[in-house]
Amino acid sequence: MELWYTEEHTPNVRFSIKIKEQILSVKSPFQQIDVFDSEEFGRFFTLDGAIMLTQHDEFIYHEMIAHVPMAANPSIRSVLVIGGGDGGTVREIARYRAVERVDLVDIDKMVVDVCREHLPFTAIGLEDGRVRLHFEDGLKYIRRFADFYDLIIVDSTDPFGPGEGLFTSEFYGNCFKALTERGILVNQHENPYYENYSRAMRRARAHIKEFFPICRVYQAHIPTYPSGHWLFGFASKKIDPVADIDAAAWNALGIETRYYNTDLHAGAFMLPSYVRQQLENPS
Amino acid sequence: MNQNSAPLHEALERYRGNRVVPFDVPGHKQGRGTPELTKFLGKQCLSVDVNSMKPLDNLSYPTSAIRDAEALAADAFGAHSAFFMVGGTTSAVQAMIMSVCKSGDSIIIPRNVHKSAINALILCGVNPIYVDPGVHSNLGISLGMSPSGVEAAIRANPSARAVFVNNPTYYGICPDMERIASAAHAAGMAVLADEAHGTHFYFGDGLPPPAIRAGADMSAISMHKTGGSLTQSSLLLTGGGKISPDYVRTIINLTQTTSASYLLMSSIDIARKALATGGRERLREVRALAEYARNEINGIGGYYAFSGEIINGHDIADFDGTKLSVHTLKIGLAGVEVYDILRDRYGIQIEFGDMSNCLAIISVGDTHYNIERLVSSLSEIKRLDGKAGRSLWEQEYIPPVVKLSPREAFYAEREALPLASSCGQISSEFIMCYPPGIPLVAPGELITRDALDHILYAKKKGSLIMGPQDMTLENIFVVKQDQNLGAPPQGFDPVFQG
Repeated sequence: MELWYTEEHTPNVRFSIKIKEQILSVKSPFQQIDVFDSEEFGRFFTLDGAIMLTQHDEFIYHEMIAHVPMAANPSIRSVLVIGGGDGGTVREIARYRAVERVDLVDIDKMVVDVCREHLPFTAIGLEDGRVRLHFEDGLKYIRRFADFYDLIIVDSTDPFGPGEGLFTSEFYGNCFKALTERGILVNQHENPYYENYSRAMRRARAHIKEFFPICRVYQAHIPTYPSGHWLFGFASKKIDPVADIDAAAWNALGIETRYYNTDLHAGAFMLPSYVRQQLENPS
Repeated sequence: MNQNSAPLHEALERYRGNRVVPFDVPGHKQGRGTPELTKFLGKQCLSVDVNSMKPLDNLSYPTSAIRDAEALAADAFGAHSAFFMVGGTTSAVQAMIMSVCKSGDSIIIPRNVHKSAINALILCGVNPIYVDPGVHSNLGISLGMSPSGVEAAIRANPSARAVFVNNPTYYGICPDMERIASAAHAAGMAVLADEAHGTHFYFGDGLPPPAIRAGADMSAISMHKTGGSLTQSSLLLTGGGKISPDYVRTIINLTQTTSASYLLMSSIDIARKALATGGRERLREVRALAEYARNEINGIGGYYAFSGEIINGHDIADFDGTKLSVHTLKIGLAGVEVYDILRDRYGIQIEFGDMSNCLAIISVGDTHYNIERLVSSLSEIKRLDGKAGRSLWEQEYIPPVVKLSPREAFYAEREALPLASSCGQISSEFIMCYPPGIPLVAPGELITRDALDHILYAKKKGSLIMGPQDMTLENIFVVKQDQNLGAPPQGFDPVFQG
C-alpha cells in the first residue's frame, strides 16, 4: 500500500509527496493541523491542507524572509514576527546577537504546541530568551503600537482564511505606524505564476504602496510551495535593500547559511520579465 | 412542536430526489434552458426554483408543507400565527396596516416610521397621527415614542384604529413596548410592530423584548435582515386571538404574488429551524462580538460606539446590543464619510452612514476576523483622515401640518415647483433626511417655513436626502391649488403635537 499526501495548487494542478507516516491530525479553533513524515522532505506540517514547511527545504524560506532585511539594516534591535508559530523565522532572527527584542504573534497556540512537539528543528527558535510569544490576531496586536519595531516580518498563511486580514490596507497602515523611522516590513508574497495567488499578491502590493515609499520584491526557489517560485515583499520607510546593504559588515557577523549569501541578496531582487510586468500593472 | 424539522425544505428535497419531469413553469426547467444562469447560481439552486404544486403546497392557500412550516414559525416566535412573505417586510408592513384599518381610518405612528408604512397609508387611504419620537441631543438620532406621548395621542384621537411602533429603530432604539401596548389595548386600538430590525429579539438572551411577547397584535419581521434567510423573505406574525388569521391571509393575497419563490420560502423555513434550535447560543456569540467591537472602537478614542448606557426609560426604553452604531463627529468626520472610506479604501460595506453616525450590523454570519478588520480600519481612518471634532447640528422636531390624507395628496393633480418657492403649498411627495431619519414633509402636509428651511439647510450641509422624484432636489411636486378636494375626515385631528 502506498500513502500519498496531495495538495491542490490549483483546481487543475496537484502536488504529491509519498508519506511514510501521518504523525498527527488535529483541529484547532482556527484551522486543521496535520503532521507527516516523508522520505523526500522529512517531517512536514500543513495548515488547512497547505504545506507550511518541510524539514528539508524550510531553510530556504526562513533564511530569505529573515536575512534579507537583517542584512539591509544591521542596526535592527526590535523585531515583530506575525504568524510563524513554527519558530523557523525567529530561529534565524535569534542568530543576530544585536537584536534585543523579538515578539512572535500567532493566532493559534496549537500550532506552536504541535511544532514544539513534532518539529523541534524550527521550534528551537522559540526557546531563545529574547523571544516573547503572544497568541492573538496579528491585526489586533499591531494596533497598539506606534514607532516601536525596527522590523516586522509577516510570516503568514495564504490570504484565503485566517491569514486574510494580514493582506489588507488596514493591516499595512497599522504596520507603518508601528515601525520606527528606518523601519522595514517583509512579508511572504505568494507566487507569481498561478493566477489566484498572483492576484492576491498584486492586491496586497497595491495596499503596501499606499504607505511605504520604498516597495521592492525579491524571490526564492522553494520546491514544496506552489509553482516552486516564491516572492517576498520588502517595504521600508528609508532603506533600499540593494543600494544600502553593507555586505562586508554582514559577512563579518559570521552567520552560516545554506541558501542566503550577500551576492544572492542583490540577485534575488532581479525579477523575471513577466513578474516585473505584473508588478507594474497591478490590475 | 419539533423545531428540528423543516417541512418545506424537506418537501423540496423529496421533489428533487423524485426527478420530476417538468411540463409546468418556470420555463428554465430546473435550469436546463438557461446554462449561463445555472452556471452563475448553481444547479442545486435552479433545480428547486419551482412553481407551487400539490407536494409543495401553495402560499396563497396553504394546506400541507407551507402550512406546517408556517405553524412551526409561529411556534418558534411564540406567535398565534405566522405568514411567509415573499415581498419583503414592506409587504408585511402594508398587510398589517390593511388588516386593521380601512379607508378613512386613522393610525397613530411615530414620525420616524419607515417609508413602507406611509406608502401603506397611501394605498388604503388611512390618515396618520404622528407622534414625535424625540431626538438624542448628543447623537442626533431619532428615538422611540415615549409612552406618555403615545398615551396623549390616544386620548386626543380616541377613534384611531391602531398604534404603530418601531421595535427597534434602525439604530437599535426600542420604545417601551409593554406600556404602549397596554395603553393602546385599553383604548381598543390594535398594536402593530415594525420589527424589520428585530428578528433576533425572539431568540436571544439579554436582548430587548420582542413585540409579540410584549403584547403586540401583529408584527412584521425581516427574517432576511438578521435572521439568516434570503433577501426579500419576511414573516408576518399575529399575537393574541383578536386578529383573524384567515382575514389576514385574504389581505395578504390582495397584493402578494401567486408565484411565490420557493427559494425564498425554503430559506425562511431553514433560517427558522436554525434560530429555534441553535439561535440562542449563536446570538450569545453575536452579542459578545458586538460588545468586543464596541470596547475596541471606544478604545481607539474619538469614536463613540454607544450601547445600553443611553437607555433613559423614556424615549429609549431599551437598546439592541447587536447594532454597532458609532458616533463619528468627534474625529471630525461625518458618519457617511466613514461609511464611504470603509467601502472604497478598505473593502468593508457597512449598513448605513448619516451626518453623525455610522452603523454596522452584527449578525449570525459574522466572525472575529471580520470584526478585527472593521476595528483596524476605523483606527486607520482616524489616523489618516481624522480632523478636529465637529459639533452636532442641532435639530428641532418640526410638527407636521397635515392638510390632506397621504392618499388624496398622492392622487391629486400636482405640479412641480422650485423647492425654494414652495412655502405654503401642500406637498404630494415625501422628503426624508438623515439624520435624524425623520420625514420633513410627507404627502398631504403643508410645506411650512420651518420645514423648508430645514430641507434647504440639510441640503447645504450635504445631509442624505431621500424621497423626492427630482433627485437633485431643485423641484418639489405639490398639490395643484383650486382643486375640489374633500376636507379632512370627520373626527380626525391630524395635527397632534404631543
